[in-house]
Amino acid sequence: MNMSNLTGTITKNRVLVVFAFLLIFPFLAPYEALATDVLIYGLYALGLNLVFGYMGVLSFGHAAFFGVGAYGTGIAMVHFGVHWVPSIFIGILMAGLTAMIMGAMAIRTKGIYFAMVTLALAQCVYYIVYHMGELSGGEDGLTGVSLKTVDLGFTTLNIIREPLSKYYLVLGFVMVAIFIFSRIINSPFGSVLEAIRENENRAQACGYDVKLTKWVAFSISGLFCGLAGALSAIHLSVVPIESLHYHQSGLAVMMALLGGMGTFFGPFIGAMAFLMLEDIITTMTSHWQLFLGAIFMIFVLFFPRGIWGSILHWISRR
Amino acid sequence: MNDDIIRTENVTMRFGGFTALNDVTASFPNGQLTAIIGPNGAGKSTYFNVLSGAFPPSEGRLIFEGKDITGTPQHKFARLGIAKSFQITNVFPELSALENVRIAIQALEKRFDFWTPRGQLTDMEHRAADFLDLVGLHTHKLKQASNLAHGEQRALEIALALACQPRLLLLDEPTAGMSPEETMTMVDLICELASDRTVILVEHKMKLVMGISQHLIVLHHGEVLAEGKPDDIRNNDEVRRVYLGQGKH
Repeated sequence: MNMSNLTGTITKNRVLVVFAFLLIFPFLAPYEALATDVLIYGLYALGLNLVFGYMGVLSFGHAAFFGVGAYGTGIAMVHFGVHWVPSIFIGILMAGLTAMIMGAMAIRTKGIYFAMVTLALAQCVYYIVYHMGELSGGEDGLTGVSLKTVDLGFTTLNIIREPLSKYYLVLGFVMVAIFIFSRIINSPFGSVLEAIRENENRAQACGYDVKLTKWVAFSISGLFCGLAGALSAIHLSVVPIESLHYHQSGLAVMMALLGGMGTFFGPFIGAMAFLMLEDIITTMTSHWQLFLGAIFMIFVLFFPRGIWGSILHWISRR
Repeated sequence: MNDDIIRTENVTMRFGGFTALNDVTASFPNGQLTAIIGPNGAGKSTYFNVLSGAFPPSEGRLIFEGKDITGTPQHKFARLGIAKSFQITNVFPELSALENVRIAIQALEKRFDFWTPRGQLTDMEHRAADFLDLVGLHTHKLKQASNLAHGEQRALEIALALACQPRLLLLDEPTAGMSPEETMTMVDLICELASDRTVILVEHKMKLVMGISQHLIVLHHGEVLAEGKPDDIRNNDEVRRVYLGQGKH
């Protein structure tokens, strides 16, 4: 089998390939909690990639969806005693709703203005949640999101004691999301997103309502990031206020760029590279951000396609 | 059925203090090839943009098949049956020629389908291939649009416009920047297209226009100077003075 056949096979069965890899990933990662972080942040960057990579619209406000997903799930569990499964869906829906509202305001603008408007709106969400102290815990974040055991019927997972069980629990949700995501980008709607990225004017002239399409894509993107946030609330047992901070928005952009924007595997590879590098460099120096920043700069300047994008490009040219 | 497919009534278009079109009333006969001509700055492109829905006019009305469509959003024009090709080549550069046209076909059928795998859209692909055949790009189906020659990209653009099965096809200087051979091919294509649909053409090249169009509208300083058959226009004194005569100075 030559190389381009190989990439063709991988692309065709991409959901299975990701699944197979993620099944064994905790045994390759330094420790299980980091592997779970990669799952969650990979999903988060995947959600952003729908608008950033596939549609070509840069959002700097996706922390709002991650954070609202996390707070929605956490608040439902802590303050209202809702079961964790419906709580996750509450988190996703609230994130989707936030995305619909933010999207409706932001899609009037383009390019750098879109990035700035989404950034500003996400900061509004940050301050609203910050000041809802009784529900959100304000500056201290929301604590006590505890999920100790999960009864699967045939067995009970003790997810506090067994990080590996927690990993596979999160993986279950992430896999469903990856499957749905793959269907969406491979659907006719997915080709409309590409058309908008390629040439907005032409897409409009062909008869696509570009603004409506952007808004729908932005909202769907919010749902995926909301799930990532919901899973992070369960993973960490707390929701730090930082999960709404613009730094969190920047993380998704960096991970998508590092892995390869507009590629299917890119966001997960970006999340993996970012979190593992962070993990390694923090053991050596407290100035880890400096080194990560330098690595990021190298990629933006010399490998703008990102890690996975560069590999794909290299293979296709052979 | 009306005799006119589209007409403008007292259309005025202002950009700030500048009036690009002033009280333009003109109609385009159904089933014919009409050309809009005029010297530089006459308002041809602005008029084209009004007809194709890119600019809603500041004043006046746009009537398509007897219906007032003034102010209809751009994306709905394709669904009404009005398609255009742009003056500057405007395709989806990173996609294959086939995918370019397939997306244009899809715009009328599946705008919000989130689930069907693209591999199952073979019917659309076949129809897209037919349009590529029609514009002479059958050997370039899988080529990336940005790798096509200039003339081929223009032809692809026309295939994109045809994909929404328009009753009215608007072409903005389709031969701009083309070599003489490419221009000949394009003129043949335009004549072929005009045989079974209404075509409106904005064109700079006078000789080309006189040879192929059945109806002409001459703009000058944003106003209609003359309107009629090519022979009438050729013999119109005022047109000769402001336009045809220019070359003799």
